[in-house]
Amino acid sequence: MKRVGALGVGTIVFHLLPLLGAILTLVPLVWMVGASLMAQGEANTVPPPLWPDAPTFENYRSLFSRLDMARHFFNSVVVTVSATVLSVLINGMAGYAFGKLRFPGRDKIFGSLVAALVVPAQIGMLPLFLLLRELGLVNTYAGVLIPYLSSVFGIFLIRQYVLSVPDDLLDAARIDGASEFRIFWTLVFPLIRPILVTLATFTFLGAWNDFMWPLIILTDTTKQTLPVALANLSGEHVQDTELMMAGAVLTVLPALIVFLFFQKTYVRGITQGGVKG
Amino acid sequence: MRRLVPGLTLSLALAATLLGCGNDDGRETVTLWAMGHEGEVARDVLVEFEAAHPDIRVVVQQVPWSAAHEKLVTSVVGRSTPDVSQLGNTWIAEFAALGALEPLDSRVEASTAVERTDFFPGIWDTNVVQGETYGVPWYVDTRLLFYRTDLLERAGYDSIPSTWAGWKASLAAMKSKLGPDDYPLFFPVNEWPPPVIFGLQNGSTLLRENDTRGAFAERPFRDAFAFFVELFEDGYTPGVANNEIGNLYQEFSRGHVNGFITGPWNLGELRNRLPAEQAGVWSTSPLPGPEPGVPGVSLAGGSSLVLFRNSARKDAAWKLIEYLSLPETQARFYDLSGDLPARASVWESPTFQSDPRLAAFGDQLAHVVSTPKIPEWEQIATVVQEHAELAVRTGADIDSTLSQLDRRVNRILEKRRWLYEHGKLASASHDRAIETLQSIGLRAGTAGGGR
Amino acid sequence: MSRLGYQNGSAAVFLAPALGLLLLFFFLPVVIGVFLSLTDFDVYAIGNPGTARMVGLANYQYVLGDATFWKALRNTLYFVVVGGPLSVLTSLGVALLLSHRALRLQGIFRTIYFAPVVTTLVAVAIVWRYLYHPRYGLIDHVLSHFGISPIDWLGDPNWAMPAIILLAIWKNFGYNMLIFVAGLQSIPTELYEAASIDGAGAWRRFVHVTVPGLRPTFLFVGLTTMIGYFQLFAEPYVMTQGGPLGATRSLVLHMYEQGFRWWRIGEASTLAVLLLLITLVATLVQLGMQRTRKTNEIPRTAGPAPRGDAA
Repeated sequence: MKRVGALGVGTIVFHLLPLLGAILTLVPLVWMVGASLMAQGEANTVPPPLWPDAPTFENYRSLFSRLDMARHFFNSVVVTVSATVLSVLINGMAGYAFGKLRFPGRDKIFGSLVAALVVPAQIGMLPLFLLLRELGLVNTYAGVLIPYLSSVFGIFLIRQYVLSVPDDLLDAARIDGASEFRIFWTLVFPLIRPILVTLATFTFLGAWNDFMWPLIILTDTTKQTLPVALANLSGEHVQDTELMMAGAVLTVLPALIVFLFFQKTYVRGITQGGVKG
Repeated sequence: MRRLVPGLTLSLALAATLLGCGNDDGRETVTLWAMGHEGEVARDVLVEFEAAHPDIRVVVQQVPWSAAHEKLVTSVVGRSTPDVSQLGNTWIAEFAALGALEPLDSRVEASTAVERTDFFPGIWDTNVVQGETYGVPWYVDTRLLFYRTDLLERAGYDSIPSTWAGWKASLAAMKSKLGPDDYPLFFPVNEWPPPVIFGLQNGSTLLRENDTRGAFAERPFRDAFAFFVELFEDGYTPGVANNEIGNLYQEFSRGHVNGFITGPWNLGELRNRLPAEQAGVWSTSPLPGPEPGVPGVSLAGGSSLVLFRNSARKDAAWKLIEYLSLPETQARFYDLSGDLPARASVWESPTFQSDPRLAAFGDQLAHVVSTPKIPEWEQIATVVQEHAELAVRTGADIDSTLSQLDRRVNRILEKRRWLYEHGKLASASHDRAIETLQSIGLRAGTAGGGR
Repeated sequence: MSRLGYQNGSAAVFLAPALGLLLLFFFLPVVIGVFLSLTDFDVYAIGNPGTARMVGLANYQYVLGDATFWKALRNTLYFVVVGGPLSVLTSLGVALLLSHRALRLQGIFRTIYFAPVVTTLVAVAIVWRYLYHPRYGLIDHVLSHFGISPIDWLGDPNWAMPAIILLAIWKNFGYNMLIFVAGLQSIPTELYEAASIDGAGAWRRFVHVTVPGLRPTFLFVGLTTMIGYFQLFAEPYVMTQGGPLGATRSLVLHMYEQGFRWWRIGEASTLAVLLLLITLVATLVQLGMQRTRKTNEIPRTAGPAPRGDAA
């Protein structure tokens, strides 16, 4: 498809627009990194510098030594990794059942689940909080995890993909006397691995970046995740631009790395999730 | 699948480590919540406490002031309170109403460390709700004027005038020495204390009828509010929020803004953050009053230490409160934090007598008034701030702004009126302002918002 | 044996965790919320449940007569109606650029454009708060080179919402861009070739081939973006706390404040129910507006709401 030719003037002019777009997209992130390496007060000067004269890691040192950011980083990792693993298992099982198992009311149940995608998650947050209080789960990691574990979108994603698994394969295994769980674990799971990786990436990024729920449910400062800790920090250290930017880098970086690593499957999940249906 | 299993194991292992990461050295762990700067410096004091009590470990959690109130109520509702917490003075009534606090009277009676009579009586009184004591004062706090002495001198004054009219004249003189983009004052429009302080200075009780209705449209508050708005209209303070100003200390140092009303913690901040050559260019002053002979009152604020009813380690937690209340600890805590001690005996030391910037606080503390002791006060304060911002930013008519404010406040207090009328609320009338204007000494108050 | 029969037992085991969690922690709270909206549950009732009252529809009456609610609704609609289409159009424009066959380094451009989507909203909201600073912010500094005097983005009630929209576009356009790219790829090239043979220029090809071909994508993107944008919360929470003058207080932020700051649970629940109703109505309106000849077509692409709060 792509025509390889000499770099003409036309090509260069044509590329100016996307290039400008890329610069506009990147500037906030570049400034974030630049400011995080500046000395205290350097960011608040006229004209605003994009990059420090003499980069320093002082702000990062403060984050870890004085503000205990390692703790919050660790919290985020625990919550996010647990959410990812459990979500893949739980939604994987449900998606498989909706795609390949026969039971009465299957399509009706699935249809009403999909309709519920319209319901904003924030609607039930206050009652959910009160509910978890009765269960003693406020201020626990289990409490933070709960909304990430089972998601309609996740079930939908898996179900659409599972449909592409040939029925004959499953039936052959059934005739051999394999249990449904065995079939799922040894046959289906490996076959749908690409979509599981996609769901895992989605869940990871969603849980890592989530703000409102951990803000509400984790009252204990030492249990808070990075985004909540960062918002708290900005309440106390709003004037310390450079320190705040170091905190922002620390929060954003893992998500960016995970994205770059799993970019292919992640993008495929966004663009092809429904195609196979 | 093969890849997932180690992942699962890893995450479970991580979770297990975390769950088990409490201590297993047999010590009792007491959790203390402290706000903002106190949270950062409290650790130093606690090392000494732990040394003296080898069987107790203290975990300090730092809660930012901006989120402190909602975090505390959330933890109460979610039944996940710490053992001990720092609590803004005016919040005590609210948390007592929530049934969250442990009454302390018998513990205080039995204690040699917490000597009730050595605390400023008015401050102690804030901790008493319907005859029961729920907190021990940790530090006292009020707000006064920080200003650039060099600018004031250039304007031809050697001290801040003591009346509103005189103060305004000095602001005009200072403004004339500044460029059009620089200001003699800065009142962040997202903070409630300045308009509330001016109202209290002018004799307003803020609320009326046993704190079941707003009194903001009434004369005392109305005139004070008009004075407050004029300071913006005349260009003495920029009409912006504090996150729009950037770094306040830098702007103070650069002379972009040259004064603000704030609390004692900024004594330390300014000492640390201003360049050395500017160490002498600023000072503090008690607030001017509305008329000659009437001292300008300020908020009676401060924080107490409270014990939560749900704590399973009340005895250990009480030992911590006792330790933090000792005069020696209070003096040491002042050195670390700049927070003013709640015990009168500590104030007799030379530290407090010789520093003029501190002495201004001593003077101001003689003229302080509390805000209403009701659960709704925080929300009402927020609504007051919103209406002040409305008047400042849009030039909205003052009388209609204030009657709108009263309507909002009356609606917030609807439940309280109902409870009061049905006898479900013990009447606790406190004619704060007038009574306190006459009395010397400290009254209940808040350090609440805007920090 | 089970070849044609039901597999009820296995299905129950496979579905139990997911459906159980959804029922208990997603649907049940919505029901409880509706109930709470009929009470005046508040701080006093938390301390002493005896003070809670059943108040019927009084909360609804109160909220619908409350200027703060209408202001929050107006702000939210502003964000949805202006910010939503601008986001979608930006995504479409960039997708068209990205799909152009003459573009080199497509993969790199795509990664760059997509990067903001995966960043943490709270973190970049803080970043942008500094970028918007009228004295030291990069944005006003750049604008000053074009002779534009400093805009007090987050301090001016007229500019605060546009500022938040600009951030939202930057943060989100990459997501829908990918979906548009996939949509564009799914349009058969023969259609373009046929149009070219008929003498259609680039614009006519766009109007007569691209736009109809993207219709299902538009439906999907429009719906998810709108539902996501109704949930505006973290940006104003972090950047403006709803100010200045309440110009950025969204419905969700208002709900959060009433619920989790002041614990006026009855009122907050009422706001939640109203938000749900408003979202439903808006969804139906949009479905009606965009109803294509092929009704009820399953969109070719699927993804979660692009705002990425909770997967």
